[in-house]
Amino acid sequence: MSSNTSRRRWPLLLPPLLWQLTFFLLPLLFLFVISFWSVVNFRLEPDMTLKNWDFMLSRSSFWSAYSHTWALALGAAVVTTCCSFPAACSLAFTVSERTRKLALMFLVVPFFTSYLVRVYSWQAFLSDNGIVNALLGLFGLDGLPMLNSDFGSLVGYVTLALPLVTLVQTMGFAQIDRNLIEAAHNLRAGPVRTLFEVIIPLAKPSLVVGALFAFILAFGDFVAPTYLGGGAPPTLSNLIIDTTKSGQQWPRAAVVAIMMILTLVLTSLAAVRLAYGRRK
Amino acid sequence: MKEEDKNLQSPLRRRFLQGSGALAVGGALPLSLVSANSLAQAGGQPRTLTMLAWYGHAEPDIVAEFEAKHNVKVKPKYYTGGDNMLALISQSPAGTYDLILSDAEYVPQLRKAGYLERLDAKDYAFDDYFPEFQKFPGHWDGNDLYAVMVRFGFLGVAYNTDAVPESKARSFKVYWDPAYKGKVGHFDWYLPNMGEISLYAGHKAPYKLEKEQFAKLQSVMKSLRPQVAGFFDYGGTFSGLKNGQLQLVCGIGDWITGTLARSGAKVSSVVPDEGGLQWTESLSIGKGTRNADLAKAFIQYVTSAQGQVKSAKMAAYPALIPNRKGWELLGQSDPAEARRQGMVLQGHNVMDDIRSGKITFRQLPVQQSIEDWNDFWSEYKEKA
Repeated sequence: MSSNTSRRRWPLLLPPLLWQLTFFLLPLLFLFVISFWSVVNFRLEPDMTLKNWDFMLSRSSFWSAYSHTWALALGAAVVTTCCSFPAACSLAFTVSERTRKLALMFLVVPFFTSYLVRVYSWQAFLSDNGIVNALLGLFGLDGLPMLNSDFGSLVGYVTLALPLVTLVQTMGFAQIDRNLIEAAHNLRAGPVRTLFEVIIPLAKPSLVVGALFAFILAFGDFVAPTYLGGGAPPTLSNLIIDTTKSGQQWPRAAVVAIMMILTLVLTSLAAVRLAYGRRK
Repeated sequence: MKEEDKNLQSPLRRRFLQGSGALAVGGALPLSLVSANSLAQAGGQPRTLTMLAWYGHAEPDIVAEFEAKHNVKVKPKYYTGGDNMLALISQSPAGTYDLILSDAEYVPQLRKAGYLERLDAKDYAFDDYFPEFQKFPGHWDGNDLYAVMVRFGFLGVAYNTDAVPESKARSFKVYWDPAYKGKVGHFDWYLPNMGEISLYAGHKAPYKLEKEQFAKLQSVMKSLRPQVAGFFDYGGTFSGLKNGQLQLVCGIGDWITGTLARSGAKVSSVVPDEGGLQWTESLSIGKGTRNADLAKAFIQYVTSAQGQVKSAKMAAYPALIPNRKGWELLGQSDPAEARRQGMVLQGHNVMDDIRSGKITFRQLPVQQSIEDWNDFWSEYKEKA
């Protein structure tokens, strides 16, 4: 490509660059800056102090919320990936083109309704007197405590991420060269061996990226841990709310937010390396 | 230059004075001398009255009549807690809010920070108020008035009437009952919860705690933690009580259960034998307002007997009212609601609870900082 062509393309790059600068980098920079500010009489005062960082990072409640959030998000990534996998496989390999398009369209439908409303509707299923326990009762089984627990939070996370992860996986599976699968069959590889030695390695980028999406969505979600998890023990998003609600400690909330962003950046880098890294 | 003088000379105020025909010859006349009606009639376009308040206070069931009468549009900015309110005011220029509805415990802070206009007690119907509420603590600075109490309510034990007998709910001890393990919820705000448990711990002044008393409160609360299902905001508390997931909730009262009971939910609230807390909402006029006349008229409207009945039955959340004439009118217009809330002039009523000493006003921590209490609340939430 000539340097003239490169120069001509610069103006085309400007809109996305400006967009990122205005709506991502500048707010992020502001977030970082206010983490050094003080709150005096419920009012943010420009300052340059490390006390917010020191306060938050020395609290056991922060690290407890951090590890809890990490574990929940990891659980959400694993569960969502496992739940999406069979559906995505079926859509990519077994159904007709028309059915696949229809199914993909239906996967988008959940995004038409508010996530909050969907989470609230789960309460009717998961509460002690809810639909799931009523069904268990029909079979003479004892009810299970599901609402206001980590299980409840996981259900919310899966509700949030499942359609997106299924879409990503389906697209990944659809890219696999069918000749390679047929070659595996011709070489007498059984379905399980074909799955683990051909399909999964080839679909690894989409599986990892799908799981990463689930992790990111769950890591920052406030709705599910609050309305299905009962807010206890708190996740980092709960902690941000608590911090701002009492005393208007936005600088401390900024510290939590920056730690969340750093975690997600590092996790994303690790995931990309796993997805696209070369085999040794 | 005094703050009041600055406000009088601000460009906005000057423009307002210049633009008002009624005041053209008397720019120095206090706005309060001009009736709200005459101003409303002066222009066809409705004026705007800004109000900072909890949700519900500027909804049609409360303000429609006032808006029609004064040709005004009440424009609310709703907040979700006293700290949030203080932050909103502190980050806004003077005059942003004509009216400020706040929880009573925040009025002294608002006054000290210079966010409130001084009021003239003669403008308001204090003679119709029960004596206990005529000089409400924190609303006065000596003889200067800064806020007028509008409504109040009690915080005690909120319970599911199908699952918990009232006899058990009459003590905070019920929260520790093994039968309700995992069925006890907290309204997610440290102040009412810690106040209630402080009462249970035997502290007559639940917010004024010595070091060892505060340690005792923490210890008692930690013993409750294994019973707790979770920590809920307004929506979560509402749905938890409605679907039966929560059978007991600490930190709330009739302001939530009363709203639920209207829709047929089997819930109620009771002031336990150890005592209960009182939340109080009061109206003030914001410093630098350009609508002092209308703001005053609004407070007069809401604190009148008719306005008090509307406030008692507010759609967002019901409340008790401090105006005795309001009680009389409520008894005539909606005797069932008057009985349900205990605002009856004949027989036992909520004023008896206050007079018996069972009720303590909710307030901010006295000996410790808000931060100390809130930090413990975060720690408490963390560990079961």
